[in-house]
Amino acid sequence: MGNPSDGAPQQGGTVATAGQAGGQFEDPGLPPHRPRLADTDPRAAKRAERQVTWLFIISVIGTIVFLVSYFAIDLGPTSTVDAIRTQNILLGLSTAFAMLGIGTGIVHWAKALMPDHEVSEARHELRSEKDREAAVKIVDDIIEETGIKRRPLIRNTLIGALALAPLPALAVFGDLGPNANDKLRHTMWAPNAQTGKKVRLTRDPDGTPIKAADVTIGSAYHVIPEGLNDLHEGKLNEKAKSVVLLMRLNPQDLHVSPGRENWGYNGIVAYSKICTHVGCPVALYEQQTHHLLCPCHQSTFDLTNECQVIFGPASRPLPQLPIEVDSEGYLVATSDFHEPVGPSYWEREYS
Amino acid sequence: MKALSQKRRHPLAVVALLVMGLLLTGLLYAVATSANKAKADTGFSASDVSEGQKLFVANCATCHGMGAQGSASGPSLVGVGAAAVDFQVGTGRMPMQMQGPQAQRKPEQFNEDQTRQLAAYVASLGAGPSLPDQAMLDGQGDATHGGELFRVNCAMCHNAAAAGGALTRGKFAPSLAGVSAQHIYEAMETGPQNMPVFSDANISPEGKRDIITYLQTIEKQGSPGGADLGGLGPVSEGLFMWVAGLGIIIAFTIWLTSRTS
Repeated sequence: MGNPSDGAPQQGGTVATAGQAGGQFEDPGLPPHRPRLADTDPRAAKRAERQVTWLFIISVIGTIVFLVSYFAIDLGPTSTVDAIRTQNILLGLSTAFAMLGIGTGIVHWAKALMPDHEVSEARHELRSEKDREAAVKIVDDIIEETGIKRRPLIRNTLIGALALAPLPALAVFGDLGPNANDKLRHTMWAPNAQTGKKVRLTRDPDGTPIKAADVTIGSAYHVIPEGLNDLHEGKLNEKAKSVVLLMRLNPQDLHVSPGRENWGYNGIVAYSKICTHVGCPVALYEQQTHHLLCPCHQSTFDLTNECQVIFGPASRPLPQLPIEVDSEGYLVATSDFHEPVGPSYWEREYS
Repeated sequence: MKALSQKRRHPLAVVALLVMGLLLTGLLYAVATSANKAKADTGFSASDVSEGQKLFVANCATCHGMGAQGSASGPSLVGVGAAAVDFQVGTGRMPMQMQGPQAQRKPEQFNEDQTRQLAAYVASLGAGPSLPDQAMLDGQGDATHGGELFRVNCAMCHNAAAAGGALTRGKFAPSLAGVSAQHIYEAMETGPQNMPVFSDANISPEGKRDIITYLQTIEKQGSPGGADLGGLGPVSEGLFMWVAGLGIIIAFTIWLTSRTS
């Protein structure tokens, strides 16, 4: 036991057993200690030392390569994708080797060279009656010294104060933002409130208006409301609500429900592109089957039946945007969507 | 002349002769192909139409009908235009191998001349999109604008890296790698099978040229991050991480807990 690195157990141990009747299982004790190659053969120890050293040197090289590739490869406005690719690969590989070199070196050092004697430690007592009594006494002392039992007025007013204290937080957090229900219910497609001017359908991303005559059968247009590109603030939020897919199919293929007869124009129909499941853009249009497919969870909508869900997790049809043609032949939105676009939310059914 | 004949046995004479021969062949080939291109730009002749009709009756009429007016097994081709024929026949999708969710790309069944004659015949049946203007196929457009148009109009089906993607019930949008500029243009123009039509009123010819430029640019540049694993996103990348990443973690765990000899 004189040399701590000789690998002999520091304590002759037995594995603690609790609540077991003796004789059921024999305590196997610890397995006999086997010395490692490096413990007995100085040449093996020397070799392990060299290996650890090399692993640390690999880490040093990795760090140097990282710095060199970060500073030497110049990514200016004229650099090519090749340069970016080379730098990406070098940065990734050199970081990996810099970290792995240190990690594997330390582990190899610990495994091969540091003392590997087994130690067993008896489990301490889980619960002692003495500690328990001390804790009970602390609580009793507090009750006694504060006199809370003897002075009920103090106790009751304290309870009242604690109950009321969180209320200001409710008021403050409740006013943190505008009512989301209102925002989700309206899009840029609503006609101008003052002039009544209806919003034209324009091409995404150019923002040029679309003539009804330009929409040939089988066409699919990705549409944004007129004026979206002029917004300086909240452009993406507005776009996320108002994007629309415009398609034309043979009018006799469309099954139009009562009340929606004037929502399309000669087989041209416009539907919200935001999936009613979790809001992915539904834009995969198959012009022969007239299916609209959402790429996220494969919800499929049947365009001929007002975008009823025919497959997948979506629970409601895509909202239709009522459209008509203005005096110059351009497509305009008759009104806003008649229901909130996109996924369900708590207040959706209550306006 | 005497000087030349003396140099005839010079050791480099063979090399010089070879270089001259190659240059001459190359020059002739260049002249011949540009002459062909010039011919393709002109309209179809009457003989093209009649040859095309013969080919049509022999190869296509079973499904599309004798006058290309369509039948129960195939749509009418009146008014689909030369561009549709050049795309469908030129990529081998037509004649169709078998009925299925969609006609797939395969080795072409007709050579360039025959495709051209078929296109001439179908174009003669009714007005439709004609073959694209060669100037729009040069790949010299604005790749940035093309990328924007591609992400808005094409990426949802064809994938942001143009690697293709799945549609419903066995149909799919094919990968655009290696598709010629002319076929990409014609596909946008005519909307083959379940692809919507992107007519010139929707995406202008210049816009189409930009999209083609963008596609050629990303194909030429490759992926900035090294191996792109097919550009399919979470499917191939996830598989790689589950197999290789977890494999490495397991290997390290075994090494960490093992005893050194």
